[in-house]
Amino acid sequence: MLFEALALQLGYNATLVAIGSALLGISAGVTGTFLFLRKRALVSDAISHATLPGVGLAFIVMVLLGGDGRNLAGLMAGSALSAWIGLICVQSLTRRTRLSEDAAIGAILSVFFGFGVVLLTIIQSMSSGRQAGLDGLLLGSTAGMLMQDAMIIAGGGAITLALVLLLRRAMTLVAFDPQYARSIGIDPDRVDMLTMLLVLSVTVVGLKIVGLILIVALLIIPPVTARFWTERSEKVATYAGVVGGVSGYVGAAISASTPDMPTGPIIVLTCFALFLVSLFLAPERGVLAAYLRHRRFQEKVHIRQGLLSLAQQQPVYEPLTIRLLAREGLARLDGVPTEAGRARAAKALLDEHRWQIVHGMADFEAISSLYDGLRDIESVLTADQLAEIDALIGGPAEVTP
Amino acid sequence: MTQLELATDRGHIVAAETLAASPLAIRGLTVSYGEKPAVFSIDATVQDGSMTAIIGPNGAGKSTLLKAALGVIKPLSGTVSVYGAPLEGQRARIAYVPQRASIDWDFPARVIDVVLMGLYRELGLLRRLTGGHRQKALECLQRVGMADFAERQIGQLSGGQQQRVFLARALAQDADLYLLDEPFAGVDAATEKAIIDVLKALKAQGKTVVAVHHDLATITEYFDHVFLINVRKVAEGPVATTFTAENLQKAYGGRLATAQIEELELGAG
Amino acid sequence: MMGEEFVALSLVPILIGTFTAIACALPGNFLLLRKQALIGDAISHVVLPGIVVAFLVTGTLSTWPMMIGAAFAAIIAVILIEAIRRLGRIETGAAMGVVFTSMFAGGVLLLERSDTSTVHLDVEHALMGNLESLIWLDAMGWSSLLDPVALAGLPPELPRIFVTLLGVLAFLWLFWRPLKISTFDDGFAQGVGIRTGTMGMALVVVSAIAAVAAFDAVGSIIVIAMFICPPAAARLMTNRLEIQIAWSVAFAALSAVLGYVFAGYGPLWFGGQDAVSAAGMIATVSGVILALAALFGPCRSRTGAPSGV
Repeated sequence: MLFEALALQLGYNATLVAIGSALLGISAGVTGTFLFLRKRALVSDAISHATLPGVGLAFIVMVLLGGDGRNLAGLMAGSALSAWIGLICVQSLTRRTRLSEDAAIGAILSVFFGFGVVLLTIIQSMSSGRQAGLDGLLLGSTAGMLMQDAMIIAGGGAITLALVLLLRRAMTLVAFDPQYARSIGIDPDRVDMLTMLLVLSVTVVGLKIVGLILIVALLIIPPVTARFWTERSEKVATYAGVVGGVSGYVGAAISASTPDMPTGPIIVLTCFALFLVSLFLAPERGVLAAYLRHRRFQEKVHIRQGLLSLAQQQPVYEPLTIRLLAREGLARLDGVPTEAGRARAAKALLDEHRWQIVHGMADFEAISSLYDGLRDIESVLTADQLAEIDALIGGPAEVTP
Repeated sequence: MTQLELATDRGHIVAAETLAASPLAIRGLTVSYGEKPAVFSIDATVQDGSMTAIIGPNGAGKSTLLKAALGVIKPLSGTVSVYGAPLEGQRARIAYVPQRASIDWDFPARVIDVVLMGLYRELGLLRRLTGGHRQKALECLQRVGMADFAERQIGQLSGGQQQRVFLARALAQDADLYLLDEPFAGVDAATEKAIIDVLKALKAQGKTVVAVHHDLATITEYFDHVFLINVRKVAEGPVATTFTAENLQKAYGGRLATAQIEELELGAG
Repeated sequence: MMGEEFVALSLVPILIGTFTAIACALPGNFLLLRKQALIGDAISHVVLPGIVVAFLVTGTLSTWPMMIGAAFAAIIAVILIEAIRRLGRIETGAAMGVVFTSMFAGGVLLLERSDTSTVHLDVEHALMGNLESLIWLDAMGWSSLLDPVALAGLPPELPRIFVTLLGVLAFLWLFWRPLKISTFDDGFAQGVGIRTGTMGMALVVVSAIAAVAAFDAVGSIIVIAMFICPPAAARLMTNRLEIQIAWSVAFAALSAVLGYVFAGYGPLWFGGQDAVSAAGMIATVSGVILALAALFGPCRSRTGAPSGV
């Protein structure tokens, strides 16, 4: 069943939804990258929760006008409007009062959502209130979707993605360096606003698939996942698009092949699985790599410090240092240096003296600033330069046993 | 290792010499942010009753050293002892003045509320705040010339006034060792004068003052000891013998022009 | 609405709403000042998976497993957020977004995949609560407040949230000074020997406990709204922490009472028949209060003096 879904063989609607979800995931990943780089990831949380009153009002208005309250296009228009109002509220609370943006986000999301719930209970009591279609918007549900809705989702996903691709250069510039962007005639405020508009359209298109509570995950998790694999912002955007697209596609397929499974949580958890893999296994920034690097680094520091203490005939205070020196065969467990330890210690001390000379010489300023206590001096100075320095010390000190 | 008298504390082996009653003795302290040590293998022994300036170029690890000495950041290696005993039991004897810019001054509090925080160790969790405590806080404000501002909202203060409030809070702690992180950064001349007068008064009472400092021109006037640092220790000792052109050159490298050093009119090292 | 009917139908929900609002608003003040307002948001999302897991393990919806499960979930969430922030060098907001959405999604999934049809546990209930249904059937009027038999019939949510509120108050009373100092100046707090990490974690745990107790009765919307809106509005009214706390309590209580009354009687005034969601209305009222404070509060904008950059 799952295989058929992944291979797009579960019927026309399911196929459209899977494609729509993939497009939505790509758009969300790329758009989310710019929010993330601007350190405003959670603004999207306020935007998505703020859609609820719009959904409710749109339903009520459409019913009062004699139409079907569950018309997806109408609900999407209403949700876009109220999300926009919510966004303006967040911005004016942040700018006009002393409240910080996180407080404004929390306030707006809870109040708008609360008001939305009030509207939902009103709808429940309306005579035509078959509210089932609205419940699905909280957590996403693609079961029994109308063909017309599937078309809207696929189309909406495609349009959003096209806009994202169109704006991505300007957004990258602003995310990277707003002042430079301004100097070449790009208004960062306007680009921020456009980014928010994209977030809004991702949210609105995602309402039916992921649901308004979880759409924020699709905007946040892909860029965070991508960040583990690269240091360059264009690449973060690309990778985030891939992560989002895969999550959307796989999630929608799993959901279509399993009855009674809300789409939103599946998509989010697929995305989260990709995140976890990256968190632990990414080659540079991953937890495993970082842990191994830290261990090696700490050992280097301890050994270096231990050697310097030995060279200056000072006692080694820390048990860890002694253990490490012993492991390297540089000292015995009672702290007495071995032959090799004495030689390495003398070399370490000599290098410290060399560094001190380097620090005092104006010619070596750039090199001097590289000092961090660990760097091998041979890696920054040529043999000639070393000889010059050693001449100042008075010849290399004998490595005496 | 038999030649050493050893005292063991929480798994660290502290050598006998660090147990000498220096207000602040640091051994083998290395702190690193990520993969690059901010301070490397620092040994320091602050003299009792001294006024010591920690100096060095930007990014040399001055503030890091201070914070690690207080246990505010966790070192990669090294031990700290305060008046001959481990830091934890000695906190009542230390007053710390953080960098003014490190906190959010929009916090809802008045000047007096901040100074009263200095009485935390005295008040503990539940002891009642009395008129006597308030009086003491006001006296501390008086000593830094801020008594008129006691009821003022802290967000309304200028930078120099904020710094004085921080110093008043430290005074309220009645400590023996005062650690100050850039107390003169970005303050007006009147504040600088007020602060140094207070610090000199502390020294006159036999207290010990250690401050991260960045203005080389005022070292000889303000301090009697210096500690030069550039990731590792460059030199420590009395200003007269340690604050020399040679040591400055070592600490600052090419970042300090010879002309600037000459301006300080130091004796030959 | 006086007398018998009021005591039986409205008194208990109003009290529960008020206690809940205050229990959340109190720690909310500190979360707000620590720039952790959204921790409240995160906690109220992860309460759901915590409760679902507790239910799956014990098979019942009893109070203690739920409380413990939810508190655990909150602690795990906070640790995860911190770990992701540090290990991945990811900004707090984004780390939070990753954790709470994923945990919430996990909770929903577990809920959908397990047989919870025998108990009252579903996503809608989790979001919106059911304040209106917490009626006191045994009450025969005000005199029932003194009648032990009638009192025994009180909905258990009331004593539960009341005890929680007392717990929150005790926590704040006991740790007032270290909380205040570490919120204002973390470095100084560590310097005087306050364990600021533990303090921060304790605040989160207390918030989580308040959220769990509240969650059962009123749903997570109120929880988020009460963590943030009353303290935020209160911050705009004063520049002193003690007074801010007092305002936040007043605003929380006002939101709860007005919200409940509007939800129950408002529709009747407009010719409607059925009450609307009390939880939603309480959140809405707190938003209106915040809006008024943002427009007219005496301390609404930052003071002009240099803030020390």
